[in-house]
Amino acid sequence: MTLTIVLACAAALLVLAPVAVMIGRAHAATRLVYGVSMIVAAISLAAAAAHLLSGAPPVAVTLPVGLPWLGAHLRIDALSAFFLVVVDLGAFSASLFALGYGEHETAPARVLPFYPAFLAGMTLVVLADDAFTFLLSWEFMSLTSWALVMSHHRVPDNVRAGYIYLVMASFGTLALLLAFGLLAGADGLYTFEQMRATHLSAPLGALVLILVLIGAGSKAGIVPLHVWLPLAHPAAPSHVSALMSGVMTKVAIYGFVRIVFELAGHPAWWWSILVLVLAGVTTVMGVLYALMQHDLKRLLAYHTVENIGIIFIGLGLALAFETYGMTFAAALAFTAALLHVFNHSLFKSLLFFGAGAVLTATGERDMERLGGLIHPMPRTAFMFLIGCAAISALPPLNGFVSEWLTFQAILLSPQLPSWGLKFTVPAVGALLALSAALAAACFVKAYGVTFLGRPRSRAAAAATETDRFSLAAMFLLAALCLLVGVLPGLFINALGPVSAMVLGGHMPVQTGAQWLALVPIAESRSSYDGLLVFLFMAMSGTLAAFAIHRLASDRLRRAPAWDCGYPDASPATQYTATSFAQPIRRVFGSVVFLAREHVEMPLPGDVRPARLKVDIHDLIWDALYAPIAVGIGIAADRLNRLQFLTIRQFLTLVFCTLVVILLVLAIWS
Amino acid sequence: MILDVAVQGAQMLLVLLLAPLLTGFVRKIKARLQRRQGPPLLQPYRDLARLMRKDVVLAESASWLFRVIPYLIFAATWVAASLVPTFGTSLLFSWSADLIAIIALLGSARFFLALAGLDVGTSFGGIGSSREVMIASLAEPAMIMIVFTLALIAGSTQLSTMAEFMASPAVGLRVSLALALIALIMVAIAENGRIPVDNPATHLELTMVHEAMVLEYSGRHLALIELSSALKLVLYVSIIACLFAPWGLAAAGAGLPALAIGIAAYIGKLAILGFLLALFETSIAKMRVFRVPEFLGAALMLGLLATLLRFVSGSF
Repeated sequence: MTLTIVLACAAALLVLAPVAVMIGRAHAATRLVYGVSMIVAAISLAAAAAHLLSGAPPVAVTLPVGLPWLGAHLRIDALSAFFLVVVDLGAFSASLFALGYGEHETAPARVLPFYPAFLAGMTLVVLADDAFTFLLSWEFMSLTSWALVMSHHRVPDNVRAGYIYLVMASFGTLALLLAFGLLAGADGLYTFEQMRATHLSAPLGALVLILVLIGAGSKAGIVPLHVWLPLAHPAAPSHVSALMSGVMTKVAIYGFVRIVFELAGHPAWWWSILVLVLAGVTTVMGVLYALMQHDLKRLLAYHTVENIGIIFIGLGLALAFETYGMTFAAALAFTAALLHVFNHSLFKSLLFFGAGAVLTATGERDMERLGGLIHPMPRTAFMFLIGCAAISALPPLNGFVSEWLTFQAILLSPQLPSWGLKFTVPAVGALLALSAALAAACFVKAYGVTFLGRPRSRAAAAATETDRFSLAAMFLLAALCLLVGVLPGLFINALGPVSAMVLGGHMPVQTGAQWLALVPIAESRSSYDGLLVFLFMAMSGTLAAFAIHRLASDRLRRAPAWDCGYPDASPATQYTATSFAQPIRRVFGSVVFLAREHVEMPLPGDVRPARLKVDIHDLIWDALYAPIAVGIGIAADRLNRLQFLTIRQFLTLVFCTLVVILLVLAIWS
Repeated sequence: MILDVAVQGAQMLLVLLLAPLLTGFVRKIKARLQRRQGPPLLQPYRDLARLMRKDVVLAESASWLFRVIPYLIFAATWVAASLVPTFGTSLLFSWSADLIAIIALLGSARFFLALAGLDVGTSFGGIGSSREVMIASLAEPAMIMIVFTLALIAGSTQLSTMAEFMASPAVGLRVSLALALIALIMVAIAENGRIPVDNPATHLELTMVHEAMVLEYSGRHLALIELSSALKLVLYVSIIACLFAPWGLAAAGAGLPALAIGIAAYIGKLAILGFLLALFETSIAKMRVFRVPEFLGAALMLGLLATLLRFVSGSF
């Protein structure tokens, strides 16, 4: 039943896409496409959530489409139901947001057809139960999102972003194709059911892990495969950016979990070390890149890289515990990762919506030209603040809960017998703590420069509050951020079936403790109660306000800013995003990005302005991608000669190739 | 049950009432060490009362957030401070936030304070905020590493459980504990903006961090922020006291005499640690801002080393 509803929803979205092509230029098309998408997403969300919460057994169906001898296998189980909830919640809120935001779209005909198709693609990846359907849906998801990235194709940066995205996505799918090839083996077992039943040898399993890390990892944004992400995500319209950052990266995580935890067999001892090291590096590099940005949407995209790292830290820990049969600890780490998947989809969508509202109101993404938006856009500013606090892992919001659970999982890891892990895990814990603090710094910058202070441009001064649909979407997500932060137990209980299915164990049911506290292991060991912390903070803040206003003074007058006696300077004297990040750039950036400052100070009497130039190098791009690009360029130049051969030479070449292939076949068999 | 509620309530009031006193005490000792008379011990209370009665002068470009932030900071800091065992370990609500959550609550307070620095749109606010987040970006992970070390020794991240474990003979002398103590003191100095990281008494614009962020605050808002920073000092001193000097702490279910001893011991500990802080601050010079990362980097490395030792062997 659930599967039928969900598939019907995906089919409806697929039908909506060509309809949108036909009516794309009509005035009501925006409302129609987003309205229908929203309703379909709501239905699908309800069905998936019901499946997850009821703990229903997996349901599978084979449709007579796709490869004729195979058909399309589709299946919904706890894992796919959870990720379907993430996809549909994101789709629902993005469609709601786009009901207002989409009105400002300059080229709706380039967005509307691909949007429902993109949603359908993500749904089908999560439901796929054979390699062919999975890869087909995966490619479909990539291509439709590429089309959305290219919707403003006249901007040169977007074209470059789209090109790099296309190259990286093809490369990632190639890796996944090879991984499925290994999993399917010589007998061609394409369905996941058959893959679960067979056991890979250790070297093949390791190869599958590496291929999946490349394939799913590049889609999720693991460093060093992240390069396309901060280019492509911001280039798309903001509701699509929200979907790509908040949801599509989660679909990649789903792919990783499905293949590595379920299909690839028992993990070897070094698997988790590899994942943890990559995750730790991803976390810190993501946030450091973000700190160097002053484009609001690109900053958010780099934070996606960081949060993917946090999720992979949880998954890596789960893998480590699973390797040594510590089911309970594995369930804790796995639940932390899944909760962060959910949380990140909430606050990242919220933040991209906020960035979209700012973009609509001012036409600016560059924070250096914004400022003071809290005055004209108080509601957007409030919601964006909740998103910033949530992603910075501040209690009592939701980001803190999942990071807290990850820390608790790290504290269980001294029991791991492996020496490699004994050294890796504390270092990864330090990286996680470092990234949490740096993320808070980065969001002080993002919020402070964009919304606080005084407007730095005329566009920022003339901004107005955004429309009610956008506000409703942001309010929904902000409320959910608070709800998950205050009542995390409910959401952790809902994740129980997922971890029971994947790992064979789950965290204790979180309802027994007083005041709905979160007790992951035992009460004497650790507990956290978001509800009480929230209530205490609300009470003591109100109490203080009430007491002071009643007993002391409640008078207030406005005056020019004090600023140590230099009032009314130009808004240009405010701290900018670049200057705010300068201390951190000097501490971390001088090592990680080889950041160097060159000050050009004119002599006294010289009328030239003083100049400060900052050099920043993206070492990953310089060391990894630039040489590859150069190498391909050289190879292409060399091979170019093949175009100008005579017929005789071509025929010789074809003959030689044939001989070589036959020889290889002869030796092989 | 009633006793538990009373203990929790007494704890909340005690930290609130003692906070200005500790600040005043440290100032007094520092003044005496510099052969000055110094302000009276109760001066911080008078300052707070006077500030609360005054009008707030709000900058024209200040937003609603600027007016809410002092209450948010105060609430977060007060809640955090009331969950740290001071005189007894049987706090009614100590389970609602463990040490990681307490650190994170202080992180919330700092997040909002840094935002307040940017709100009015002056360059001094910006300089304070940007330096504060730089310091925090190293101090916070160092603190988390210290928490890891202590949690792995005590087998819990709950402060009251940790304090009980530290008071028991099972602790013993450990290398990791010593490393954690040094790192914790370094972090506490940085977090509270004391010399050598920041100078709470400075009003020289370019050397200040905390004072620059709160430059635009006045009246009751400033009073709340001053009270919050006094509370934060008490909180850190209490954490050090309950983990590394857990003597005299009233155990769970202890009667009134034990609680009285606990309070007396607690005030004694505050006095000793406050004196040591004043002594330390008088004997050292403030360092340049870009020396602070090295100082805190050392704390982070000590914390990481202590955690690694705990991971490698249970006996360190």
